[in-house]
Amino acid sequence: MGQKITIEPVTRVEGHGKVTIHIDNEGKILQTRLHIVEFRGFERFIQGRPYWEAPVLVQRLCGICPVSHHLAAAKAMDVIVGAGTGEGLTPTGEKMRRLMHYGQMFQSHSLHFFHLASPDLLFGVNGDPAIRNVIGVALEHQDLAVQGVMMRKFGQEIIRATAGKKIHGTGAIPGGINKSLTQEEVDSFLKGDDPLNIDKMISWSKDALKFFKDYHKTHKSIIDEFAEFPSNHLSLVRKDGALDLYHGVLRAVDPEGKIILHDIDYQDYNKYIEEEVRTWSYMKFPYLKEFGKDNGWYTVGPLARMNTAEFIDTPLAQKEFEKFKAYNNGKPSNKSMHMHWARLIEILHSAEKMKELLSDPDIQNGELTTKGTKKPEGVGLIEAPRGTLFHHYKVNNNDQIEMANLIVSTTNNNQPMNNAVNQVATNVMTSQPEITEGMMNAVEVAIRAYDPCLSCATHALGQMPLEITLYNSDDKIIDQKIK
Amino acid sequence: MYQTIKFTIDGKECIAKKGQYLVDAAKENNIYIPTLCNVEGVKPKGACRICTVKVNGRLMTACTTPVAEGMAIENNTEEIIDLRKSIVELFFVEGNHFCPACEKSGECDLQALAYKFLIMAPRFPFQFPVRELDATNPKIVKDHNRCILCKRCIRVIKDEEGKNIYAFKKRGHKVEIIVDPESADKFTDELAEKSMEICPVGAILVKEKGFSTPIGQRKYDKVPIGSDIEKVTKIKNEVL
Repeated sequence: MGQKITIEPVTRVEGHGKVTIHIDNEGKILQTRLHIVEFRGFERFIQGRPYWEAPVLVQRLCGICPVSHHLAAAKAMDVIVGAGTGEGLTPTGEKMRRLMHYGQMFQSHSLHFFHLASPDLLFGVNGDPAIRNVIGVALEHQDLAVQGVMMRKFGQEIIRATAGKKIHGTGAIPGGINKSLTQEEVDSFLKGDDPLNIDKMISWSKDALKFFKDYHKTHKSIIDEFAEFPSNHLSLVRKDGALDLYHGVLRAVDPEGKIILHDIDYQDYNKYIEEEVRTWSYMKFPYLKEFGKDNGWYTVGPLARMNTAEFIDTPLAQKEFEKFKAYNNGKPSNKSMHMHWARLIEILHSAEKMKELLSDPDIQNGELTTKGTKKPEGVGLIEAPRGTLFHHYKVNNNDQIEMANLIVSTTNNNQPMNNAVNQVATNVMTSQPEITEGMMNAVEVAIRAYDPCLSCATHALGQMPLEITLYNSDDKIIDQKIK
Repeated sequence: MYQTIKFTIDGKECIAKKGQYLVDAAKENNIYIPTLCNVEGVKPKGACRICTVKVNGRLMTACTTPVAEGMAIENNTEEIIDLRKSIVELFFVEGNHFCPACEKSGECDLQALAYKFLIMAPRFPFQFPVRELDATNPKIVKDHNRCILCKRCIRVIKDEEGKNIYAFKKRGHKVEIIVDPESADKFTDELAEKSMEICPVGAILVKEKGFSTPIGQRKYDKVPIGSDIEKVTKIKNEVL
C-alpha cells in the first residue's frame, strides 16, 4: 500500500511550511512537495495608501530582514519621484542606504549560519535533536555561539544608526535618506570596544569561513553531494559584472554558466519573468518567460550571486571567491550546501564594505535627498540576504498606490527548494522500512540551505514550525510527526 | 489689572488670574492636564474630554472651565487617570490607528498619551470602521481613519480674511473634515504645513513629506508628552 509522508512544521526556517511525500507500495518516492500554508495580503491592503508610506509599511512583512523590503520599496519610490534607479541618488543618500543594507546582510547571514544552520554541521544531520539546535551550539561551542550573537548585534547596530531602529526603521525615504551619521557614531563602529568594532567583525568573518572550509574537507559528501541538481541562477550584478548586493542589472546563467538573461534593466523585469500559481501552495512559482515553466525556473540567493558575478570588489572576499570558483572549476555551483559557503563569503564582503563606507566622508555630510520628474510606475530590486527581491508599484495622480507586486527571494527559490526536497527524500527515504527523525531532518536541511523566509514569501503571518505526515495510497494519515 | 485668585489642584495651592481656563491655570502652576482638542490661544471646544478633572466633586473639562476662587480640583487621582485612559482607548478602537506605518508616529499626541498612560491594549472592542483616505487635494492627504474630530483644523486654519479653510461634512457618525471647496484656492503651502502640525494625530498629512524626520529626533522621541510642564515642576521643587 502506498504512503504519503507530511513534514509539518518545518523547523529552523523563518515562517510556516510543510512537506508532503507520497510513497508507492514498493517504497518508491512518487511525489514530494514543499507547501507554503500562510497567506497575508500585503499587495492588496497597500492599495490606496500614499506612496511614501510603502517603504515603512511593507517592511512589516518581516522582522528578520525588513531592511531589504524597506530598501526595495524605497528604490521603487526613487523611480516614482524621479530620482532615478540606484545611481541617481546623492552620494550620502546612496552610501547611507548601502551601509544599512550591508549591516542587514551581515546580521541576517550571521543569524542563519550560526543560529539556524550550524547545529546541522556541528552535530550532524542525524544528531540528537535535543542538542542539534542553537542551545546545543551555545553549550558545546561557546566561542562560535558568542561570535554569532555579537556579529548579529554589530549588524543590527549599523541598522539602528542608519534607519533609526534595529527593526522596522524609517531611514530610507523616496529619493534618499533622512539622516547621515555623526563622527561619534562612525567612531563607535570603527574603533568600538572589543569585540564590537569593524576590524573584529572582519576577523571573525574570516574565522567563520575557515571553520566552514575545515568542515568541508572532512565532510565532502554532505557539502558537495547533498541536494545537488542543475539549476539556472539569477541575481543583480554591477554593470561591470562585480557582485553588488544593492544595485545593478539583472543577469541569469544556466547550470553550465552560459548567460541566459543578459544584464537587463530591472524596470523591465516583467518582460522576462512570469509567476505561475499552483493549487497546492500559496507561494507562486516564478520563471524566465523565454524558457517556459519547466526550464525557466531559477535559484536566487548567495549561491546564485556567486554564480552570476564575475568578481568581488573587496580584496578579502575576492580571494575567497577565487577559491570558490576554482573548486567548482569556474562553473556555477549547483550544490545546495555550497549556499552556506557563498553566504560566508558574503558576510566577509559585507564587513569589508561596511568598513569602506564608514571611512567615507560622504556618510557624514551632504545632501540627503533628490527628486526629478515624477513617474506613475517604479520597480525596485535589491539582493536581499535570501536573494533577489522585486518590488513593483503603480501610483495614481493623487499619489496613492494603485498596484503592488512583490516577488520575494524565497518565492524565486520555490522550484529549487521543491527540487531539493524531492532529491533528498528520494535519496534518503526510498525503500526504507521506517521514516526516522534523521531522515526528516535531512529534508529540512535541504530547505534550510536556502534560508527560506516563508512569511515573506507569502507575505504571511503565523508561527514558525514544519510538519511531516505519512499517508497511504488512500490518503489516510498513518503517521505524523510535528517538530 | 487682573484679579488673582487661589485654588487647589490635588491639594496643592495654586494661584491664577480670575477667569483663566483651568488647563492654562494649571500649566502656569506647572501642573500638566492632558489635552487633544485644545489649542492655546484659540477658543476652547471641549470636544475630546481628555482634560476632564473633578471640580468640587463634579466632572468638568479643564479646557472650557474658568477657574474660580476656592475651587478644589482633582487631577492626578486614580479615578481621573483611568477615565482619561478610557477616553484614549475609545479613540483607538473607534478609528483605524496603525502606528507602525503612520508618518506622525513619534509626533502624534494621541500616541504620546497612550504611551503616557501605559496603554498596552484597549479594554473596548475594535470597531474597524470602513473609512476612506482622500488624496484629491494637491497639497494634503486626509486620512479619515485617524481623524478624532477634534476640530483643531477648523478652528485654527484660516485664510487671510479670517475665514475657515476646513469644515465638517456629513452628520452623526459619518461626519468628516473637508477642505471647504470655496476656500481651496486660498489654501497655501504654509497653511498645509500648519494643518499637519496642528492635527494631533495623522489625519492631515502634507504630501511627499512623510518620514523626513529621523527616529530619535521626533517630538516625543526624547521627552514624553507633558514633561515640559512637569519637568519645570521638578526643577522648581529641587531648587526650593
